Amino acid sequence: MSTLLKVEDLVKNFGGLTAVSDVTMQLNDDELVALIGPNGAGKTTLFNLLTGVIVPSSGSITFRGPNGTIPLNGKKAYKIANLGMARTFQNIRLFKELSVLDNVLIAMTAHYKEGFVQSVFRLPKFYRTEAQIRQEAIELLKIFDLQDDVDKLAKNLPYGIQRRLEIVRGLAMKPKVLFLDEPAAGMNPEETADLTRLIRQIQREFHITVLLIEHDMSLVMNLAERIYVLDHGSLLAEGTPAQIQQNPAVIKAYLGEEA
Amino acid sequence: MILKANLKYNICWLILMVAGFYLMNTLILVGVIDSFLENMLVTIGINIILAVGLNLVIGFAGQFSLGHAGFMAVGAYATAIIISKTPTAGAFYVSIIVGVVIAIVAALVVGIPTLRLRGDYLAIATMGAAEIIRIVINNLKITNGPSGMFNIPQFATWPVVYIMICVTTIIIVNFIHSRGGRAAMAVREDEIAAESMGINVFKWKLAAFVLGAATAAVAGSMQASYLQTIAPSNFNIMESIAILIIVVLGGVGSVTGSFVAAIILGIVDTALQNFGALRMVIYAVVLILIMIFKPSGIMGTWELSFKRLFTKKTKTEVKS
Repeated sequence: MSTLLKVEDLVKNFGGLTAVSDVTMQLNDDELVALIGPNGAGKTTLFNLLTGVIVPSSGSITFRGPNGTIPLNGKKAYKIANLGMARTFQNIRLFKELSVLDNVLIAMTAHYKEGFVQSVFRLPKFYRTEAQIRQEAIELLKIFDLQDDVDKLAKNLPYGIQRRLEIVRGLAMKPKVLFLDEPAAGMNPEETADLTRLIRQIQREFHITVLLIEHDMSLVMNLAERIYVLDHGSLLAEGTPAQIQQNPAVIKAYLGEEA
Repeated sequence: MILKANLKYNICWLILMVAGFYLMNTLILVGVIDSFLENMLVTIGINIILAVGLNLVIGFAGQFSLGHAGFMAVGAYATAIIISKTPTAGAFYVSIIVGVVIAIVAALVVGIPTLRLRGDYLAIATMGAAEIIRIVINNLKITNGPSGMFNIPQFATWPVVYIMICVTTIIIVNFIHSRGGRAAMAVREDEIAAESMGINVFKWKLAAFVLGAATAAVAGSMQASYLQTIAPSNFNIMESIAILIIVVLGGVGSVTGSFVAAIILGIVDTALQNFGALRMVIYAVVLILIMIFKPSGIMGTWELSFKRLFTKKTKTEVKS
């Protein structure tokens, strides 16, 4: 197993507040890693740093590309995304007024070409490209049982399905890493069980690395191969679910000190 | 198979366009449409070109631009200057292209710094940019300054305007329903999500803005050569707002709506000409009423689609 994403001494200051301090971590191929920590620990900030939404104050992030490692510091978010990093958001950010199919097609934007003249004058090549990518998008939606919702507007889907669509949209980018920001937030136990199955399915069928932020401990302990614990912006512990459950520092961070 | 299915819809649109042309032609021949009505229809047509272009920028790419009249002025003056010097039909068509090219350059110059702004800030910046264009025209010798240009040869007859409506609308609608249009709509819906889907947000904003500006220049060329007189005051902020009103009234994000609103407002405008000063009051009341009872515009985001018409028919057939 080789390293796919490497984070070294990553720091992010917001004015006087250090949201992320000296975080060092790595993600390997085909791995399912969870990132946990109490509220305000800096988990989402770390996600935003990794996906280029915000720029780190110091430290380095490198990604293993097809031709050697690529530094990600200061790269634009869309360029980082096109290197093979997809994400979902804590508060769902689907393209609400667009159809389910369009949501998926938009995620595939970087994977096909349509010239301006070709599309404006509807040359035969345009129809061929469109048919092909539509086919591809529908195949993907079928895998996740969304084939009947293809023409529905994203905003009209039930909550759990919206979460699922957001994940499918991420997968449509053909990523190497998928970042999931609290995918089980606001879900009932039944929906959470569905989600667990879904994440396992993704791992099995797509062979990608998944980094998961989650508060639902049953989900995390069930799925994760490795866990990073973040508290007050710095890394508190790293290990397998069993190790983390026994770790006194983690228990202290979550439950407070014994009286 | 897909080609064939799309051919059917495309032929429907072609029939609609040709039928519209012959209807217009016949009505003029039998004298139902006199020169007064023709003038009204051509004005409506020019407004359609402008509104559809602005709707691409506001309704589909979600960028609130108030500078559409500036790009229109670029096209109008390019055509006016060129065909006043060489009054031939060939020069007229060249002048349209020259206008479009200059408008594209102007849109890039305006768009690259301003499209980083959002909402109201973008509106003010684009409005300022359009004013700069107008004031430059106002102070140049070649444009004859504030008195404007007159006796411009008339090459833009109604069939030319009609064809231009069809061409610009086809280009914009086809752009919307392609990779670029979907990317632009993603930007409208959620910039952060679009960016993390690997979409170059800035590029697609700029693309929509430039395409909108290019069609505005075409409308300007039509206006200069049809009305035969233009002055910088025709392209002030009020003109930009007049186009915005058509877009909002018809429905932000509905090309069909822009057509309907341009036609309705054109007719209302003409019908109220006898009311003198009261005209603007009635015009305003009509607008306010529509905004109260249908805030999303006359058409909302609804579009005329032959594809949907046909699929609906087959569905009901299957049921019965």
